[in-house]
Formats: sequence, C-alpha cells, structure tokens
Amino acid sequence: MEENNKIISLSHVSKVYDGVTVVDDFNLDITKGEFVTFLGPSGCGKTTTLRMIAGFETPSEGSILLNGNDITKLPPYKRPVNTVFQRYALFPHLDVYDNVAFGLKLKKVPVTYTTKKGITKTKLKHLSSKVIDEKVARALKIVDLEELEDRDISTLSGGQQQRVAIARAIVNEPEILLLDEPLGALDLKMRKEMQLELKAMHDKLGITFIYVTHDQEEALTMSDTIVVMKAGQIQQVGTPKDIYNEPNNAYVANFIGESNIYNATMMKKKVVRFLGANFNCVDDFPVNEKVDVVIRPEDVELKRIGKDGNITAEIKEKYKEKLIGIVDSKVFKGIHFEYIVLKGKNEIVVQDTKEFNVGDVVLINIGPNEIHIMKKELTTNVFTDAYIDKNNKLIISDCTFDCELTQLLSDSHLDENGYLIGPDNKKYDLKDADVFVEIGLSDIEILDHNPNEDENIGEIISIVYKGDHYQYLIRTKEEEDFVCDSDYAFNENDIVSINVLPKNIKLTLKGSITKYEVE
Amino acid sequence: MVKKIFGQIYIWLILIIMYLPILILMAFSFTDAVYVGQWNGFTFDLYPALFQNKEIMIALGNTIIIAITSALVSTLLGTSGAIGAFYLKKGFRKSVDLVTQIPIVNAEIVMALSLTILFVFLGQYIFHAQLFSFWTLLIGHVVLSLPFVYISVKPKLQQMDPSLYEAALDLGATPKTAIRKVLIPEILPGILSGFLLAITLSLDDFIITAFTRGTGLLNGEANIETLSTLIQATIKKRPVPAEMRALTTIIFLAVVVAVVCVSLYRYYQGKHKKTHAQERMSKL
Repeated sequence: MEENNKIISLSHVSKVYDGVTVVDDFNLDITKGEFVTFLGPSGCGKTTTLRMIAGFETPSEGSILLNGNDITKLPPYKRPVNTVFQRYALFPHLDVYDNVAFGLKLKKVPVTYTTKKGITKTKLKHLSSKVIDEKVARALKIVDLEELEDRDISTLSGGQQQRVAIARAIVNEPEILLLDEPLGALDLKMRKEMQLELKAMHDKLGITFIYVTHDQEEALTMSDTIVVMKAGQIQQVGTPKDIYNEPNNAYVANFIGESNIYNATMMKKKVVRFLGANFNCVDDFPVNEKVDVVIRPEDVELKRIGKDGNITAEIKEKYKEKLIGIVDSKVFKGIHFEYIVLKGKNEIVVQDTKEFNVGDVVLINIGPNEIHIMKKELTTNVFTDAYIDKNNKLIISDCTFDCELTQLLSDSHLDENGYLIGPDNKKYDLKDADVFVEIGLSDIEILDHNPNEDENIGEIISIVYKGDHYQYLIRTKEEEDFVCDSDYAFNENDIVSINVLPKNIKLTLKGSITKYEVE
Repeated sequence: MVKKIFGQIYIWLILIIMYLPILILMAFSFTDAVYVGQWNGFTFDLYPALFQNKEIMIALGNTIIIAITSALVSTLLGTSGAIGAFYLKKGFRKSVDLVTQIPIVNAEIVMALSLTILFVFLGQYIFHAQLFSFWTLLIGHVVLSLPFVYISVKPKLQQMDPSLYEAALDLGATPKTAIRKVLIPEILPGILSGFLLAITLSLDDFIITAFTRGTGLLNGEANIETLSTLIQATIKKRPVPAEMRALTTIIFLAVVVAVVCVSLYRYYQGKHKKTHAQERMSKL
C-alpha cells in the first residue's frame, strides 16, 4: 500500500477516564475511500475511538494524523470530518433545509477579488445563498428527500430523520464521514434497506466512511475493512471474508457469526484433536500446542448411522476414532435446519438442509478446510466442565483438588457439616454443582510422583523453555491437559504429581447459587 | 347522575371561591366610594383619577422598572448557570442543583433579613457608606428570582438531545456559535417562562423590597415605593386609595389577555404541526 493513500492514522492512541482505560494502544491506518467498520460489543471503546477522530474527546496518549498532519488536539469545528449521530441529533427548531444548510452557512471560503486600484486581494466570505441552495438540493437528492425541504423535523419519520442527518453531514463534503451506530433506532426492514443505500452512497461519494456498530451482520454487509474490538483493544483487522473465515482468536470467531469453538491440541503435523477424535487440518502448528478450533455450523456434515440415541457396540467398533454424536434438538429455520448434536457433554451446533430426527446417532464429519485453528492466548488454565463432589472437593476429570468454596458467595462460611452458609444464614449444598475453573500457569506445582501416595498424576507431554523457566504440558490419563510454568527441570514422559493450593483455584458457579439452597 | 351533579357543583364552587373576590373588586372599581362595600353609583371616574394620582403612578413606574431589570439580570445569570451546571460532572451538578433549590423553599423573610444584615455589614465595615439604594433592591430581587429561572431552564436542557451541541461543533460551529444557534433556541421556552416568572415574583414582592430598598428611582431623594410598599404604607394611616381598585382591575385584565394570547398561540402551533403530520400520513 502506498504511503500517501493513508487518509487517517491512529498511532498508540489510548483513552483513560477516571483511571479506567477505555481505549488501549490503538493503532490503525485507514486508506482513502475505504469503508471501515469498528465492530464490538458495547463498552469496547469503538464509539470513544470514533469520538476521538471527530474531536469530541482528546486521546490521553498517542496521536491522530489526518493526511499526515497531526490533528490530535484540533477542535471538532476545525476538522474536515462530519458525524452522523446515533440519535441523529437534528436541530428541532430548524426545518429540513436549515438543518442541512447549517454547516454551509457557517463556512467561509477564500474569495479573490480585484480592488479599483487593481490590487488583487483575498478575503474570507460566506457562501452565497444560491450556492447553498444548490448544495442542499444536491444532498437531499442523494438521500432521496427532495420534496421535504420545508418540513419540520418533528413531522418526519425515523427513517427520514436518518436521511436528513446523513444529508446534513455529507453536504459539507467531508474527507471522512463518521457514523455512530446510525441504524440502531430503525426497524429491521428499514435497517436492511439503509445498509444497502449507505453502501451505494459510499460508492457514489467516494469518501472514507468510518462506521461504528455492534451488529456483526451489518459490518459484514457493508464494510471493506472490519476492525473487531474488545475491551479497548483491536482483536483483528481484515476484510469481512478474512474475519469470517480466518478469525484470529476465539473471541473474534464467536463475535462474527455463530460458531463452535473447542479447546484442542495439535497431535501430529496437521492433525488436531478435539472432542475426543483426531481431524486432519490445513493449519500447521507445533505439535502438542494447545489451540482453539472454530467450526462454522454450516461446515459440519452429518450422516445418520443409528437412531433412538443408542450407540451400539457395533457402531462404536465400526467408527472407532471418529466423532459420533446424538441429535439433541432440531429447529427449522426456513432455508435449513439447525441441530444441536451432543457428544458427551459437548454441544455441536450444525446447520444442514438435510432432515434428521432428535435421537438420531450421527457421524460428524468436518473437512480439513473447515477447521480453523487459532493460537490460544495461554494465560490461565481454563476448565469448563468441572464440578464439586459430596466432600466439597473440586473434580476436574480424573483429578481431585481441595478448593475454597466460600469464594462462590461473598461473606459466606462453611459449617461443620460442610454446608455453605450465606451472609443471610441461608444454607447451600454444593454437591454436584457445575463450576468454571481458572488456574494460573504458575500456580500449579509439579513434583515427582510418589507411588505410595494418592495423588493427581499426569505425564509430561511437552516442554518449552521460556528463557527463565520451563513451560510444561501435562496430560492426565483422562486426557485433561494442564499447562504450568516451573523453575524445575523434568523430562518428557515423566509421570508427575500436580498440586494447586486451594486459594489459587478460581471458581465461578455455572448458573445461580439459589438452586443449591437447602432448607 | 347525582354524582355528576355534585361534581358540577363542586367545580363551580371552587371557581367561585377563586374568582369572586376579583369580580367584586372589578365591580367596585366602577364606583368612587372610599370605603369598600359602599356603592355610590356607577362611574368611570376612578380610571382617570388613577392616572392623575402621582403617588400611585410613581410606585407603578418603580415596580415596572425593578421587575424588568431584575428579570433580565436573573434570566441572564440563571440561564448561563443552568447551562454551565448541565455540562458539569454529575456529582458536582447534583450539588449545584441542590444549592439552587434551597432558596425556593426557604422562607422569604430569612432571605430578606440576611440580605439586610449583609448590606449593613458591608456598608459599615467595607464601604463605609450607606448602601441601601436601587442596587441593593435589584440584588434582592435577583436573588429572589434567580433560582426560579434556573429550575425552569434546567428541564429544557435535560429534555434536549445532549449531542445537539456536539453536532453543531461537528458542522463547523465554534462553541460560542453553537450555544447561540443551537442551545439557546432549543431552551428558549424555558428561558422565557423563567423570565415571566421572575417578572411576576418581582412585581408583587413586598418583604425583600421593604428590607432592601433605599432612596432613588422615581422617588428621587425619598425611599423607593413600589405598589406593594405603597399599599402597605397607606393602609396604616387611611383606607386603600380607591384608585387602586382601578389599577388592580387593569392589571388583572392585562394578565387575562396575556394568558389568552399564549393559549391561542400554542393552540395554533399545535394545529400547524398536526396538519403536517396528517399530510405525511396521507402520503404514505
């Protein structure tokens, strides 16, 4: 990409409000004429970023360059950008014409003229009313509102107000048009229409659009480039196709369209294992690396091999090493059916035009091209299917840990019978409670296995030297993987014991605690 | 049926209680008896006499001058205060709101007395002069009506789309232009009702006027008399001047005309909008 094609670049832009970082080290270059969308859930910093480009907020750090000039501290009225606000922000005391003409009437352009003495001078003059008339008429024509010039804003429908807001912004011929969730207040049908119209307008005007939305479909439909944001940080920048097909991480995959995301491990070169089966894939990751895989529901193929939820020994034998599931639910969606297929406790969402029935035993086939593998950001061990046993111990697959149950409820304590007592003296029995567990990498202690003791044990599968410590991948008999950082050296295939101090196990209850209440 | 009749009677009773005194007053403005209740026969004499009564005319003039100046000052201060407070941080704005609300519920005598003491103190220890004049009276009236302007402007600001100001900046308006061209027109109804409220508060104020006035205005070397202080001063010695009945009738009729005008204006404005809306509906 050529350097001078950049219209705006944000470098290391951060915004901190009262100690909370809303936008964190944001770096982005936008090419002239691009349709860029900032996509993310509410509170991800997308609107704040837009407001910094518009000039309503000043970055706490970093700089914003427009055509190579620093505009970081330039007030909004001196920037060649215009905004279409979320709730339009039309001026209610002015009619349609005066709303659209507002910016033009304030504008001053240099006019060169010759005095009687023959000296050429330049001075700033307001636009003539004829020029303003023409420009307003043209803008209203673009948004299809030619006949409504004299109407009061309050007499317009939502869609018409939206168009006036767009006309009011584009009439100033900005270099960049900023749109802050402009379609949020419209109904679905209207929104779809406006999406296409905005796209057409962008093609016609040829100016840069920066669009903010939380609606992934809107982003996919309209944008040239999508910037996915989370907690003030950019997760991925790419074309809609890239973002949909090759998401950088599980967050992006989850946000862009429905998807199945699983923890997986690379078994061999281009072979990945998840849901208890091995699959060929096209992405090349180091063997034994923990990864996330994403599978789009429309990419899963089903084949009926049995029924009534009965996985017979014969089926088991025939499809050994393959992924077999049971259809758990079925919803007709018009063009296709949507199924939830269960493999043990795991759900697989599938969209298929073929019809299956609830209870059918199906062979689940996923082509190598449909398996998107993403690097896992390993900061903690996360276990999603752990539970509490009757002795108040934490069970993760074949491992048992002591844990602090009091963290599940503030101001609580355990009584002598092992019941959790809440601050209001309510009693909870957490036996069989499903929990979500997080354990830090350096909180797992590994020791040589002592065969005389009843310990949680695993085998060291891989070792990575990380400069000042080793990172081990330990796999238990039941194929649960623990990743831990340790200063001590072990060898591959060593059997070790795994220990975690109760205070280092972070538990989150799945669902509300009220269902565990006892009389 | 019985219920309905009782309802009707109730409403009429209330209306009579409210308007009967004024109607009686108006009737008695057409007779020249000094004592209220005497009927000396119908005459218009009180009206010309009113305009020849120098005392009343001076008091009326003073009252109008004070009402308009204090309303202008308090509207200016109250509006800018409300706008300023609106863009403050939430916690600070809440405390400003609270502080401006206290004078509204506070007893007027407290305010009057404290202003008097303040002026005496300042006069004795700081300026070494007698401070009571038109200016102290003006300050008194501004202090009285400013909170009312603030609370009539504030809701208009809250109803306003907060991004309007930003939208104006975005379209190239400097902050000053944005306030003038977008913010002020948007809250104008609130400013106007604040102004009118300030005028009525000042017009019939007695306590603060009596405490804070000094010499000046149309009274020249003598203490400033407004209508309320004049009436109070007169009734101590003799009956209320008969011309006062004519004056109050005129004031009441002026208010009625003003209210009718405002209602008519609102009615036609509403109708205007409605026809536009109907046009739109028929187009769809």
